[in-house]
Amino acid sequence: MSAPRPTGGGIMALSLLLAFLLSTIPLPGGLDHFRPDWVAMVLIYWCMALPHRVGIGVGWLVGLLLDVARGALLGQYALALAVVAYLTLQTYRRVRVAPPWQQAFSILLFLLVEQLLVFWISGVIGYPPRDWWYLAPALGGMVMWPLLFVILRDVRRYFQVT
Amino acid sequence: MFTVNPTATLRLGLWVALSIVIMTMDHRYRYLDGARDVLATAIYPLQYLARLPGDAKTWLTENLIGRGVLLEENAQLREKQVFLNAQLQKLTTLEAENHRLRSLLESAVNTPERVLIAELLAVDFDPYRHHILLNRGRQHGIYVGEPVLDQHGIVGQIVRADPFTATAILITDPNHALPIQIDRTGVRTLALGTGNFQELELPHVPNNEDVKVGDLLVTSGLGGRFPRGYPVGKVVKVEFDPGSPFAHIVARPLAALDRIREVMLLENESGASEPPAPAMDGRSASPRPP
Repeated sequence: MSAPRPTGGGIMALSLLLAFLLSTIPLPGGLDHFRPDWVAMVLIYWCMALPHRVGIGVGWLVGLLLDVARGALLGQYALALAVVAYLTLQTYRRVRVAPPWQQAFSILLFLLVEQLLVFWISGVIGYPPRDWWYLAPALGGMVMWPLLFVILRDVRRYFQVT
Repeated sequence: MFTVNPTATLRLGLWVALSIVIMTMDHRYRYLDGARDVLATAIYPLQYLARLPGDAKTWLTENLIGRGVLLEENAQLREKQVFLNAQLQKLTTLEAENHRLRSLLESAVNTPERVLIAELLAVDFDPYRHHILLNRGRQHGIYVGEPVLDQHGIVGQIVRADPFTATAILITDPNHALPIQIDRTGVRTLALGTGNFQELELPHVPNNEDVKVGDLLVTSGLGGRFPRGYPVGKVVKVEFDPGSPFAHIVARPLAALDRIREVMLLENESGASEPPAPAMDGRSASPRPP
C-alpha cells in the first residue's frame, strides 16, 4: 500500500500547517465570507496527487484538529473531511488529468459537500445557518484552486514528494 | 485488524461511524473534554503563530509613531485622568455610603471582583456562532461561566476553559440569553442573541410596559453568572404590535463585539462554584455546550 520509500511527509505536514494558519488569520471586511477552506483544499490536493499515501484516515485526523482549532463539535469537520477525502479518492483518476481551471469545478462540488455536511451537523445541534452566505467559502475555494494547485504541484516536484 | 486492502467505501463507513460516536459523546455527555484539552494544547502554538502578523502590525504602528503625536496623546490622557479621578472621588463616597446603607439593611454586600485582561486569539471559528477564543485559560484561573466585559459593557461569558486558552460565547450568539434590567424603570427581562453583532432581542416585555428608544439595559444579576448593574446595551427599536402580547424590542450592545481585541474577565467572589439554579430565567446563563 505504501510507496517503496515514502518521502516528503514533512512537506505535506508543513503545507497543511500553512493552510491552518491561512484559515485563522483575520481578513479585511467582507472577504471573510469568501475565505476558502484552505485545509480542505490542501487535503484534496494531496489526496489527488498521492492517493496511495493520503486518504480517508488522514482527512479524518486533520478534520479532528480543525474541530479543536475552530471550537466545533469534535468530529464535525473530521466527518466532513473524511467524506471529502473519500470523494477525491473515488474520482482522482478523472479529475487530475484535467487542466486546473476545469478541476476547480470538481473542487467546488467537494467543498459544497463539505460545507453542507458541516452545517447539517451544526443544524442538528441547534445552530442552523441563517442565510445562504455559508456556501460562499466554496466559491472562494473554487476561485483559488488553480493557484493552489500550481503552487503545490511545483512544491511537490521540487521536493520530489512521492 | 482490517482486511488487507479494505475498500475505500468500507473505510469511509468506519470513519464516519467513529465521527458520529465521538460527536454524540462530545455533545451529549461531554466525555471528551480531556482529549480536547490535549489537542487544544497541541495546536496552541499554531494559533499563536496565526496571530503574529497582526501583533507585528500593532507593534510597528506603536513604535513608529511620531513624538508630536505621542505628546498630544499624553496630554489628552492626562486630562482624562484628572477628569476620571474627580469622578472616582465621587464614586468612592457613594460606594462607602452604599456599603453603610446595605449593612444597615443587612443585605448582601456587593463584593469587589478580581479583574483579568485577556486578548483575543481568534474570532472566526464559524460565522454562525459568536464564540471568541481568548489567550488565557485554566492556568490563569479562568473558569466556565466567568463573565467577559470590555470597557463599554458586557461581552459574554466563558463556555470552555482549556489549559492555556478559553472560549467565550458572546451575548449576540443565537443560543445566549442574558438576564437584564431596564435601568430607567427596573423592569427585568432577558436579552437574547440574534446572530447579528449589532442586535439583541427582548422578546418577553409586555405591550403595556414602559420602554423607550434609548433606554439603557444593565445586567440584573439574576441567574448568578453576571454581576449586577453592568451596562449591556441601548434600546434602538420599540414596536408595539396590538396583535401580540409582547412588544418587539431590539437593543444594540454597548460593547463593540465585532471589533474587540482585549477583554476583561471578572472573577466573582463565589469563584468557580456553580450559580444557583437559574430556573426562573429559562435558558439564561446556560448556553448549550458547543
